[in-house]
Amino acid sequence: MIYNSGWIIFNDFSSLIEFKEKPLLGNNNYQNTRILFLILLHKNKFMKLKWWKILCIVFLFVTFTAGFLIKVPIVGNLHQSIRNFFFHVPMWFGQMGLLTLSLGYSVAYLRTQKIKHDIYASEFAKTGIIFGILGLMTGSIWAKYTWGEFWSNDPKQIAAAIAVLIYLAYIVLRGSMTDMDKRARVSSVYNIFAYFIYIPLIMILPRLVQSLHPGGMEGAKGGGNPALGGQSLDATMEMVFWPAVFGWLLLGIWISSLKIRLSLLTNKNLINE
Amino acid sequence: MPDTFLMSKIITLLKKDFLLELRQQHTFFGILLYVASTIFVLYLAMGRPESTVYNGLFWMIQLFVCVNAVAKSFLQESKGRMLYFYTITSPVQFIIAKLIYSTVIMLLMVLCSLFLFTVLLGNPVMDPIQFIGIAGFGGLSLSLVFTLMSAIAAKAHQNAAIMAILGFPLIIPQLLLLIRLSKSAFGEVFREGAVLQICLLLAGLDFLVIILSVILFPFLWKE
Repeated sequence: MIYNSGWIIFNDFSSLIEFKEKPLLGNNNYQNTRILFLILLHKNKFMKLKWWKILCIVFLFVTFTAGFLIKVPIVGNLHQSIRNFFFHVPMWFGQMGLLTLSLGYSVAYLRTQKIKHDIYASEFAKTGIIFGILGLMTGSIWAKYTWGEFWSNDPKQIAAAIAVLIYLAYIVLRGSMTDMDKRARVSSVYNIFAYFIYIPLIMILPRLVQSLHPGGMEGAKGGGNPALGGQSLDATMEMVFWPAVFGWLLLGIWISSLKIRLSLLTNKNLINE
Repeated sequence: MPDTFLMSKIITLLKKDFLLELRQQHTFFGILLYVASTIFVLYLAMGRPESTVYNGLFWMIQLFVCVNAVAKSFLQESKGRMLYFYTITSPVQFIIAKLIYSTVIMLLMVLCSLFLFTVLLGNPVMDPIQFIGIAGFGGLSLSLVFTLMSAIAAKAHQNAAIMAILGFPLIIPQLLLLIRLSKSAFGEVFREGAVLQICLLLAGLDFLVIILSVILFPFLWKE
């Protein structure tokens, strides 16, 4: 049941003033579900209903519930913290996806000169930065329990921090120019350049250098593909992992799409399309 | 574009840049003085450091020298002159000439700072020839990235600070590789073929940067 939460605080003192715990929607779960469903289906002012948004909600729901409930294999000293796999790695995949989308729209801007594409590119980059910071945070919390400290100078961590720095510089560059066309052109050039420097950075450096992350040189645990960690991906985990990847990616796209729509409306007079 | 890669235009642009340097000596000697003062202050602060510190300090100095040296190459051109170049030459030739020019200036600066480092901060280097080679290679890599960054910064209100902000995150992969590579000149033993692998990786990254600069500069060229 959904309560107006402020009322609970005053519950103890309410008998004199006759505040009651007031349900916000219906009186029980069935009524609430029906009401929410009706709100979602009919054109409401809060959310444009699309198939992929429903899919995103379903996938993330699966991730959060099954991610904590399914049985996981016990690998080395990871124990239950291997569940981080459902949050940290999909966030990276989501970030890479968002930055790739940003790159695509930058290239599209340079080819077609439509400001719309530049707005898409910058909003995807901003959400990419947020996902990068979240990935670093989830990674360092996991590292605290597994490797012993938050920041252990692991190449992958460093590569991730560099990505955040690069795209923060992108934001600074955009802020330093006021002319809309010049800003779009110059920041698209920087976006493309930065992306193609970033890809070698994350692909090559962890493989070359001995690291704590799975998949470094010999001597690190778990050789093979550095992104998926070799043998620790068994069937039950994969069932939650791939929905998690798509769920986080779709969430990133959803957040970006809201910001894009806001930007397009704010700049409607200037864009002229 | 039949005469895009015609060397004569590139050589003319290069000659123009070098002549300017020879005439207006204050830019070249300005950077030289910057190198000398920085290394001198470093010597006063650090004395004679051991090899890992020496290595790290050397590459940090190279980074800052590169930012200053290359900033001059683009930011010294006034808007009127850039318009003139726009009419007489193609962007590809212009950027290639600038890349070569920055590389030569940076190599000269690297040699100067190597000399000053050896004189002031001591010489813990085991293999000097290898270190000179690595330093030269490093100077080349740094100057390539910063040339494009200064082209971008020239569009963003001619600010040298923004060039550093844009350039520093992008130079980190090459800087890390260079620091690791130059450890081999200090006597650290690497596994079989690692030195060659790192060199090839650096060369690959440089090649990538050159290709990207040549492709992307024409978009910056139009005003």
